[in-house]
Amino acid sequence: MARKSTSASVGAGTGSESGSRRTAGASGKVREETLGKIGALGKAVAKTALAEDDPFVNVPMRTMSNTSYNEKRRLLEMGDATLRRNLFNTAQARKFMQTLLLSKGCKDLLEAQKTLSLRGMYYKSLHTIAGTKEKTFEDQEESDTILEDIEVALTTLRENLNLFAKKRGTMVGNITVIDNGDTIDCRRMGTGGYAIPSICEPSIIQFGKCEAKFVLHVEKDTVWSRFNEDRFWEKHNCILTEGSGQPPRGVRRLLYRLNHELGLPIICLLDCDPWGHYIYSVIKQGSINLAFESQRMAIPDAKYLGIRSADYTRCELSEDVKIALNDRDTERAKQIAEYPWFAGKKHWQKEIALMLRNGFKMEVESLITKDISYVTEVYVPERLKAKDWID
Amino acid sequence: MATIAAGMDASPKARSKPADGRRGATAEEMAQKQREISVSEFFAKNRHLLGFDNPRKALMTAVKEAVDNALDACEEAHILPDIRVELLQRSETRFKVTVRDNGPGIVRQQIENIFGRLLYGSKFHRLKMSRGQQGIGISAAGMYGLMTTGQPVLIISKTSKKKPAVEVLLKMDTSKNRADVVSETEHPEDDGLFPDGHGTQVSIEMEGRYQGGRQSVDEYLDQTAIANPHARITLVNPSNETIEFKRGTNEHPPEAKEILPHPKGIELGTLIQMVERTERTQIGSFLQEEFSRVSPSVAKEICERAGVTNRTWIKQVGHKESEAIYKAIQDVRIMAPPTDCLVPIGTKALLSGLLKGVRAEFFTACTRPADVYRGNPFLIEVGLAYGGELPKDELIRVIRYANRVPLLYQQAACASFKAVLETTWRNYGLSQSRASLPEGPLVVMVHMASVWVPFTSESKEAIADYDEIRKEMKLGLQEVGRKLGIYMRRKQRMRHEGERRSIFERYIGEIAQSTESITGTAAQKVYDSLMRVAKRKTEEADAVLDDEGRRVKEQDPLGKDDSVVIMESRIAAAPTDAGGDEEDAPAKGGRAQGSLFGEDEAPRSRRKRGSGN
Repeated sequence: MARKSTSASVGAGTGSESGSRRTAGASGKVREETLGKIGALGKAVAKTALAEDDPFVNVPMRTMSNTSYNEKRRLLEMGDATLRRNLFNTAQARKFMQTLLLSKGCKDLLEAQKTLSLRGMYYKSLHTIAGTKEKTFEDQEESDTILEDIEVALTTLRENLNLFAKKRGTMVGNITVIDNGDTIDCRRMGTGGYAIPSICEPSIIQFGKCEAKFVLHVEKDTVWSRFNEDRFWEKHNCILTEGSGQPPRGVRRLLYRLNHELGLPIICLLDCDPWGHYIYSVIKQGSINLAFESQRMAIPDAKYLGIRSADYTRCELSEDVKIALNDRDTERAKQIAEYPWFAGKKHWQKEIALMLRNGFKMEVESLITKDISYVTEVYVPERLKAKDWID
Repeated sequence: MATIAAGMDASPKARSKPADGRRGATAEEMAQKQREISVSEFFAKNRHLLGFDNPRKALMTAVKEAVDNALDACEEAHILPDIRVELLQRSETRFKVTVRDNGPGIVRQQIENIFGRLLYGSKFHRLKMSRGQQGIGISAAGMYGLMTTGQPVLIISKTSKKKPAVEVLLKMDTSKNRADVVSETEHPEDDGLFPDGHGTQVSIEMEGRYQGGRQSVDEYLDQTAIANPHARITLVNPSNETIEFKRGTNEHPPEAKEILPHPKGIELGTLIQMVERTERTQIGSFLQEEFSRVSPSVAKEICERAGVTNRTWIKQVGHKESEAIYKAIQDVRIMAPPTDCLVPIGTKALLSGLLKGVRAEFFTACTRPADVYRGNPFLIEVGLAYGGELPKDELIRVIRYANRVPLLYQQAACASFKAVLETTWRNYGLSQSRASLPEGPLVVMVHMASVWVPFTSESKEAIADYDEIRKEMKLGLQEVGRKLGIYMRRKQRMRHEGERRSIFERYIGEIAQSTESITGTAAQKVYDSLMRVAKRKTEEADAVLDDEGRRVKEQDPLGKDDSVVIMESRIAAAPTDAGGDEEDAPAKGGRAQGSLFGEDEAPRSRRKRGSGN
């Protein structure tokens, strides 16, 4: 699920400064195609309505039951099951209305050649229904869900609808990118790093010169800062990214492109807990909710470097770093172990079993107890050298 | 006033006997104290038997007895009753109750008897449907007044325009069961008390307590008005407010006919007594003339079975023969007693009474065919009012009547209450816990009309629980219950349909706008089409959902039913169509005195109005 964004700002380019007006979002063929799809949806509804029948939209189901793991391609795929969303069904009428309302919103956006955050789109479509006290949306979450429905129903992408989520994720390293025409040298980003945009499509982001040999993706920015301050990317000739927890689509898309287009291996440094494991799973196989996008986001070759359950003894960590697993953690860990894409992997079964046996989890920061730069100077380099990761 | 009625109490003399003597009273000593008890004395001591247990009930009972008599008299004289009840508060606990009617009046000679003697009246010895039946009521009220305040009863009566009204002050002598005339005057003619030229007014000063609510004078009059829509009743309460119960119909109820006892309804003792008293000379004619439904052939059959002939002289009929005849009667098939002696209130009048009195939305009533218990013909009528302004979360109310008289006390002992309990109201869409009244905005009225109503006590508060009676009551309740059920289901469907429709219609506007914006198809066109679909869809659902799940076509089972009135304006506001042509007629708030009653209102009935007004 996309997170709520706080900004309603229009994400149009800052082109006016440089004189030539630039447009934002999808362009050319993609834009025409997306507009065509929205038009088709509208026409189908209009036609059914004029025929005095019950209009509907078919929405593919985004549930575990409609998601399957493709062993060969090593990623999650969405099944064919769809839900028919009818107007004349008391349980669906409101959602049907919202679907049309947001479709119209996306159409407006594409025609204006501007982009909006999810929150922006929520506000754009928010009003009180004439003659009632009911609002079109109760909260942003209601609108976000419908937007994802539209994405799958139109077999398009949020990016193509000119929508973006709140920006999250940072990058730094031996690479140059061109972002909407601006050249950005990721070697010279200071302490803050380059904020990975929400839309990382080739039409917006192109890669320039790249010396890096791999990508180290860490879970959150606190850890990332440690690595950046220690100039890890420079010493080890790599790209350093973080995704603020569960990486947003922009980050995943960027990692995918770095992997696919530049052939860089993706190595992940995540917390040793079920949530860390699932972040890895999403990067590698795709998420259940966005299974339809796996093929353009999943990185089946991504590796899991740590933290590993064995590190507690291997690195001789103190008692203090242990965080006891609660019931939810235990349950989630078991659930993850049973996912088909984990089920066949001995390393992972062992890893999860050990964590459950230990009864505690550990964060990446726990390594700081050894030394401030233990993680950047000892832990990661040693693992890299030994190619000690799990797949 | 407290005279010892019988010699059972130990006298001081008996107690003063030495303990060692241990001799009890002799038969002779006891005989000295044994004497007759007059009925008046008996009831003076046992006034609770007549409904004078406490001051509040006493006030209601006094009004009730006077009003019942007035209604009976008017009915017998074919006069549309116009009754005025005045309650004047003398002090905290003292009231003057005055009831005036426009009845035929009472001839001078009978005034002492009617108002001064217990068990004196025209109604006890005959089998005719009337409110009073024992001849106790009004004299008991006068007696109670005299006992509690010492004041005599004042009666003013006028029998015709030509004669002046007489005013009599009566003081009852309980030991003699007779009244002494304190004063007697001819009342000034121009009084204006009796504009019709005839009528009776009785005033009793008595101890009492006036309080509204359940079992009050107000409730009694409320309910009387429902069962007697042909009567106009005016109440002036102690706060000097005038409450009027208007006439619901100008039709006279037909007069009840008197009937002879039915052979199956009498007991051996009664039979022996009748044999002793009869003026007939032969058994055959005795049986044929003094009983109903005894034809010559039936009489012959009875006599044959009893071992006598119909020519056997009455003089020769002794105890043995009487018993044989009694047995024979039980074995012979005799036609049920005639039922034309019963005057039902009638569905129409019941409905107009309920409409007038209860601010509900749905009304129905039924009159059952007559049946017989213990040889007495009777019939049951049931009415029902549902919804509107009736309280929703309370147990339903049962209002009970016997010969058009409301019964306010001893509900739980009454056959009609039991019949209501035994009816499965859940079948009709109400919730009901085991062995209790159902819950919901419902008033049920049960009326028993009979030549002799079997009350459980002299105060006439509850109908005795005869199987035949209770069975009829249940059948009546089921009949009106079924109609309520149909209505409830229909209402439910309407609500359901309305909700569905309003959900769809709420969003259609948005959808039409969006569709226009995406495709360019005119929003109005899409809107109109979808609205038509919404109407059709919800109607379809309506037709599919029938009470038993069967598909029914445009046929409303309540549609042509004369026994049903629906007050559309009182139906609690359900979710209405968004843009629909809703009729805006919300029910008015503020029920009068928390009673069943509200102000009059022209019924906006979709069907025929019940009343003949």
